[in-house]
Amino acid sequence: MAVELPDNVVVTKLDKLVSWCRKNSLWPMPYATACCGIELMATGASRHDLARFGAEVFRFSPRQCDLLIVAGRVVMKMLPVLQRIWLQMHEPKWCISMGACASTGGVFDTYSVVQGIDRFIPVDMYVPGCPPRPEQLMQAIIDLQEKIQRGGTMFGREFDAPQRQRPPKALREN
Amino acid sequence: MAEPATIAALKALFPDVSFSEFRGQTRAVVPRRSIYQVLQTLKDRFAFDLLVDVTCVDYLHYRGAKDRFGLVYLLANTQTNERIIVRTFVNDPEPTVPSVVGLWEGANWLEREVWDLFGIRFEGHPDLRRIVLPEEFTAHPLRKDYPLQGRGERHNFPVITRAKS
Repeated sequence: MAVELPDNVVVTKLDKLVSWCRKNSLWPMPYATACCGIELMATGASRHDLARFGAEVFRFSPRQCDLLIVAGRVVMKMLPVLQRIWLQMHEPKWCISMGACASTGGVFDTYSVVQGIDRFIPVDMYVPGCPPRPEQLMQAIIDLQEKIQRGGTMFGREFDAPQRQRPPKALREN
Repeated sequence: MAEPATIAALKALFPDVSFSEFRGQTRAVVPRRSIYQVLQTLKDRFAFDLLVDVTCVDYLHYRGAKDRFGLVYLLANTQTNERIIVRTFVNDPEPTVPSVVGLWEGANWLEREVWDLFGIRFEGHPDLRRIVLPEEFTAHPLRKDYPLQGRGERHNFPVITRAKS
């Protein structure tokens, strides 16, 4: 027996609904250590206006955030701090590695600069550029929103996928 | 630059200090054994009341260099606007100079930085700890024999995966 639904009722999956809510209220945690931080501020400011994507609420406490934006190089003295911030954020959480330095160490191939934060914390999106323009960061946020909408589940089952559990491969120095 | 009268008086006091001038900057090269005495005299008798900087140069593999480390003190007299660069040389093993924290309080962190990055020990320093690098760092990375990319310190951290966080 088919159920007759009135025209003003929409049927969807709960996962989809929850992901839709999450992706449109990403609260970024700015971890800005260098010139990428300036572009990050420009992205949040009125000209580029991150509020259009629901991500304008920068919070300076990791307890209130679900999107870590690492903007700038991370030195080895700061890495334990970065890891602690990541651990303090609530699930579900995502991470954007913004700029060449955060992603690979950039031109700073020296003893004190970590050669890519993805060696030590999980990263969902990489933004190339030195520093990236605000448009690029916005594109990364839009792509992340799409990723959340596509694979997101209510209880975060997508984070248990084996390919997201593996530590990064290139950890040894040659 | 320092006044000619100041230089003449210093020459009379310390015959083993050599003075030179380059582009209006006065430089005094002092033997290691009398560095504290010279600096003390500069402060107490010639009123060089401001220690601008303490820094160091590693002359390893440098053409024509006889000593390993060159220690540099930049001094200024805020009354007469005189400036003088005092240099001395120290060598391995255990390069050591007397601390000047007793003369200028501001030398405290400057000497800690030189100790941190070059490994030059300052005798009599009240608190000779690392200032820039983490406590557990073992090397002195601005020495020329330290590799630019380090000895793996930058990768010596636990990995946090999605499963662990």
